[in-house]
Amino acid sequence: MTPLYFGYSTLVSSIGRGKQAHLTALQERQSGLRPCEFEGRKLPTYMGMVDGLDEVSLISSLRHFTCRNNHLASLGLQQDGFEDQIAEARQQYGAQRIGVLIGTSTSGILETENAYRHTDHKTGRLPAAFVPRGRYTQDSFSVGHFVREYLQLTGPTAVVSTACSSSAKVFAAASRYIETGLCDAVVVGGVDSLCLTTLYGFSALQLTAPGPCRPCDAHREGLTIGEAAAFVFLEKSPRNGNRQTTVFLGYGESSDAYHMSHPHPNGQGAILAMEASLQSSSLSTSDIDYIHMHGTATVANDQTEDRAIAAIFQDTTPCSSTKGWTGHTLGAAGAVAVVLGDLCLQHGFLPGCLNTNTVDPTFSSQVLLQNQEQTIQHIMSNFFGFGGNNCTLILGRRS
Amino acid sequence: MKIFVHGIGVLGPGIDNWESCRRLFTEQCSYDDSVTPAPMPSTLPANELRRSSDVVRWSLQVAQEAVQHSQLDPKTMATVFASSGGEVGILHKICQSLDSSLPMVSPTLFHQSVHNAAAGYWSIASGSQRPSTSLACYDSSFEGGMLEAATLLSTDQEEFVLFATYDVPAPFPLFDTRPLIAPFAIAFVLGKHALPMSLSMLDITVLSEHNAKTPTAMVHTRLESLRLGNPAARGLPLLHTIAKNLTTSVFFNYLENPQLQIDHQPCRSCPD
Repeated sequence: MTPLYFGYSTLVSSIGRGKQAHLTALQERQSGLRPCEFEGRKLPTYMGMVDGLDEVSLISSLRHFTCRNNHLASLGLQQDGFEDQIAEARQQYGAQRIGVLIGTSTSGILETENAYRHTDHKTGRLPAAFVPRGRYTQDSFSVGHFVREYLQLTGPTAVVSTACSSSAKVFAAASRYIETGLCDAVVVGGVDSLCLTTLYGFSALQLTAPGPCRPCDAHREGLTIGEAAAFVFLEKSPRNGNRQTTVFLGYGESSDAYHMSHPHPNGQGAILAMEASLQSSSLSTSDIDYIHMHGTATVANDQTEDRAIAAIFQDTTPCSSTKGWTGHTLGAAGAVAVVLGDLCLQHGFLPGCLNTNTVDPTFSSQVLLQNQEQTIQHIMSNFFGFGGNNCTLILGRRS
Repeated sequence: MKIFVHGIGVLGPGIDNWESCRRLFTEQCSYDDSVTPAPMPSTLPANELRRSSDVVRWSLQVAQEAVQHSQLDPKTMATVFASSGGEVGILHKICQSLDSSLPMVSPTLFHQSVHNAAAGYWSIASGSQRPSTSLACYDSSFEGGMLEAATLLSTDQEEFVLFATYDVPAPFPLFDTRPLIAPFAIAFVLGKHALPMSLSMLDITVLSEHNAKTPTAMVHTRLESLRLGNPAARGLPLLHTIAKNLTTSVFFNYLENPQLQIDHQPCRSCPD
């Protein structure tokens, strides 16, 4: 693919608001995970919660979008000057030439969960005030619609919802939208917020760890669910004044065609996605300095990912997962990992897995446990979702 | 973006498949929408079929029909699954089970709840390891899905894309938030090049605000209600054009401002 430049980027997660907070947390190895207490319920697991979402207030013209997920999106858009930068870009390109592609898995489902708890006892109906708001909250397109309106963009817009690969796949789609001339630039992002569906759902699948997640650990017990919003403005040429910038170089997508919630044991789908990403970026394994693992810390995910990495790479390429900082932010995981990767490229370090004590002795890949100062040119990032949906992205640094 | 239609599947009230849809448009049959089909796609193994959602059954039925129609190997096809509501029936059951003194979510319901559940079941059933995108664009889900499929083909990423678009009404009380008129589903096998069995060539353009046209409507009142009453049925005017072998442009609403234009040419006169 033709490389795309990161004009701007930003993110909010449980470790903080904006890129500086994330850089500090990554470098000082401070996790955002804490015991799970959500909507007045304590669950025997941890979570990566973004504080202050209830206090967010949307401007009156967008108030019908009010829900945790869109509050999170708006908080994200307000960091790092992102919304102002997009307003400038809108002047430059025209609102119609900028696309909006957002990934989410559960959108504003929390609103619907709450509405079901307040159904009318006699009629069984949902609260009258909620009914017209379903479109702007629970509906999967809601967050794409919200970001489009918030940033006053009118280009092609879609929400990709492929579980935990959602906001990785929007990068691939954005590349195609730009290459075919549908847009000149695209706001890509991922937004996913805490809800009972995922907290209880992953727990029912026995995939949530009792403590903070420990990716690649010999004694890992599962994932920690987090929430986050992350955005990148992708364009064809570098911004004036950006001496050094991050570029999106390639992508690979595949399906496991194996099972709805278990990865293929040999990592076949993951291997296909990684190989396709190398081909798309015209790079070889020796060009990759660091593999940013999906690394959810479930027994099956990490094991499969290790096998897939080992099948393609010599065992010398360092790899790690950043889920120990943010938790697994599900549909936002793609965009979050991309912006964290952007920070690693620009500041020259590799983040070692956080909370992990001993690497699983059965692993063959080179899992980092400590941060490592190092100039890096290329990062490969993996994302795997339910339904066997895989996506691998390659980022690079250009001077 | 120029792409080719190699196969079609369709299902809706009074429409059992592409052949019945084609006859409806070409033989001036009366449209009887009193019977809504209950699809049981044979591509799903019996145990999966038993616990599958309506959305999975509707989407896989049309996907299966389009692939059979194309006579191509589904393993060679990337997929685009576009739906506004996705797994509304599963979401309803989950919200019900969370509204209890002992809230819980069944593990099966949870993995069935993802928007890409239908696409996941399809990839397992068909064995296709090609890329798969599931998306949502509210009332523009047909148009958004068509664009996504066209970009996959036009960037030389894929030779074939199976594009399915489908929505089923949610159960009560969730239904009230999105009162769809009926279930509806369409699938196309789309390709980059003309093949001997190709039906049509489509040329897809997004129109700018000042070139906006009135969306193409269905003349028949009940079909027009269906078009407006289910996002997947927004594709009806294209099916009509294909069925009648018309060389013409079809216009679609796409989000608020831009519009989608699809120029249709029957493949009898397609360039090689």
